Amino acid sequence: MARIDLVDLAQSYNGNDAPLESFALKPVTMTWRQGGAYALLGPSGCGKTTLLNLISGIVTPSRGQILFDGRDITPLSTQKRNIAQVFQFPVIYDTMTVGENLAFPLKNRGIAKAEVDARVKQIAGLLDLTPYLNRKATRLTADAKQKISLGRGLVRSDVAAVLFDEPLTVIDPELKWQLRSKLKALHRELDLTMIYVTHDQTEALTFADTVVVMHDGRVVQSGTPAELFDKPAHTFVGYFIGSPGMNIVPAEVSGHEARIDGHVIGLHRNYGVLPSGKKIEIGVRPEFVDVAPPASGLLSATIERIDDLGRVQFARVRVGNTKLAARVPPGFSVSGDTAGLVFNPAYVHVYADSHLVEGVA
Amino acid sequence: MDKTINQKAWFLVLPVFLVVAFSAVLPLMTVVNYSMQDTFGNNQFFWNGVGWFKELLDPSTDLGGRFLASLGRNLFFSAVILAIEVPLGIVVALSMPREGWSVAACLVILALPLLIPWNVVGTIWQIFGRPDIGLLGYTLNYLGFNYNYVSNDIDAWVTVIVMDVWHWTSLVALLCYAGLKSIPDAYYQAAQIDGASRWAVFKAIQLPKMNRVLLIAVLLRFMDSFMIYTEPFVVTGGGPGNSTTFVSIELVKIALGQFDLGKAAALSLVYNLIILIVCWVFYTVMTNAGTERKAVTQGESAAEPKPAAAPKPAGVLKPKEGVA
Repeated sequence: MARIDLVDLAQSYNGNDAPLESFALKPVTMTWRQGGAYALLGPSGCGKTTLLNLISGIVTPSRGQILFDGRDITPLSTQKRNIAQVFQFPVIYDTMTVGENLAFPLKNRGIAKAEVDARVKQIAGLLDLTPYLNRKATRLTADAKQKISLGRGLVRSDVAAVLFDEPLTVIDPELKWQLRSKLKALHRELDLTMIYVTHDQTEALTFADTVVVMHDGRVVQSGTPAELFDKPAHTFVGYFIGSPGMNIVPAEVSGHEARIDGHVIGLHRNYGVLPSGKKIEIGVRPEFVDVAPPASGLLSATIERIDDLGRVQFARVRVGNTKLAARVPPGFSVSGDTAGLVFNPAYVHVYADSHLVEGVA
Repeated sequence: MDKTINQKAWFLVLPVFLVVAFSAVLPLMTVVNYSMQDTFGNNQFFWNGVGWFKELLDPSTDLGGRFLASLGRNLFFSAVILAIEVPLGIVVALSMPREGWSVAACLVILALPLLIPWNVVGTIWQIFGRPDIGLLGYTLNYLGFNYNYVSNDIDAWVTVIVMDVWHWTSLVALLCYAGLKSIPDAYYQAAQIDGASRWAVFKAIQLPKMNRVLLIAVLLRFMDSFMIYTEPFVVTGGGPGNSTTFVSIELVKIALGQFDLGKAAALSLVYNLIILIVCWVFYTVMTNAGTERKAVTQGESAAEPKPAAAPKPAGVLKPKEGVA
């Protein structure tokens, strides 16, 4: 049980002298509060597993510090860190029974047998593994094996945090839901800090109360799922989260107005005069752009196709060379190839060099 | 299903059949034939039935005594070299580097003894151990050990065993190394997180993951050491006395030295039978281990498909069955 602070933590696999741009994890400073359910979300190769391995101590950082409750544990080995980690592929000890597997981390730490038995029983109960306790672990299904890996993490009463490295990759979709709900339930019950690495946004958004989005070795935003959805701090977050992703359109912005192809779109906030030399874009989620019959006051777009997602329909349209997605309002029937686009000003954000610009209300 | 029946295909097997007949079946039957007869040269043969076999298994006769003694020596030799080479091979494999240029260097150095022809290995150790000019023998005697493999039984045994360990531990080490390399990193990382000691990692991860290659290593080393001939023959010639005379050396002595074709034939048949039985036992054990593993993975994949999806294919298949 601990708060985890990362101070200027960075990792390079090519030595500390390599240029910062080549670092697998660029310097990051952040705090994971005790008892939080976090998801580390990002595409493959964005550094999320590196960050996880740094926290667990499998990898020693090139720079920076890791603090557990204010105590610097950077030089400590994995064994001494009180961290549990569950890997992508279930790791079980072939020759042992399920019960022995669960008891392994406790035995290694020289804990008395009576206590070991009690803990194993309790954790097996939580994970519905009690009927299998005396069976050889090799003969179980993948999800049961993954539960054992998880159980080995939970069985220690002293863990500061449980780290998950894409633990549901090898699990069937149906069982994935069950196992994920199990994780949420365990989180509530045991009051543990959990950090969950995934590249699947649904997994991240359903599991975590704080989602940390990583891109190219950097943490680009961390916040609640709603924050990430409503106000992405980086164009990457807008694009990566949501389906379809956020529309990013190059525009000229000044004051309360954005200009696309000479057409003016009203903005909710005042952006004054933006610094020149930066790439200015506006971002708006497809949910907040409606297609409408072409009209003189609206930005006109060419309709390429309509995606019917069942509950909603999205029109794939083009403005000049830029592709956008826009919601088709209920009852609207598309006729012809062109349509007008209606923007909801409250959800139109402005980005300078991919970073969100906060306007003045 | 209709199968085209064409018995002409048997002609395709004929060449192989002929080759096997001449290379294996005929020589084997000749040996069986010899084992039932006695000869005094001049191509004169006398029927002896199972007489040689009876003698062979009876320690009170000359033949039986020699056979059983050499068999005992052979089994003892195999047991000793297995007891040394298997643990040593594991230790060597564990201490080999996992990556970098040193891996290639280690592999080449380990492979060297395996590449040397067996009689050359024998010659190397024969000279190496000589008390007058051999580096090992001279040094030992210089240091005050009265070492002489030509006159002392124990020295001869030690030389032959050390030579075999030098020659073949590499094989065990290479097999174990291959087994170790196939263990995913996640296992080691998980063990670190579980706080496992070095010994616990070995017992819980490395040894279980190596057990199949170890079984192969034990099989190969047992068979090879049980059939050993060249190296001890070159070094000690089976001596001093009969102390390092293994079954194959005894066999050659009887067949080519005394030209007792009947006795030698009976001995080689029994020798062959022992090897076949041991092979069969190992083979059964190994394939059983294999099917056990297979059953496990099948159980996994059978449990994986969603229950709802399972009845569907059966329904699709039915009309086809009706047509057939």
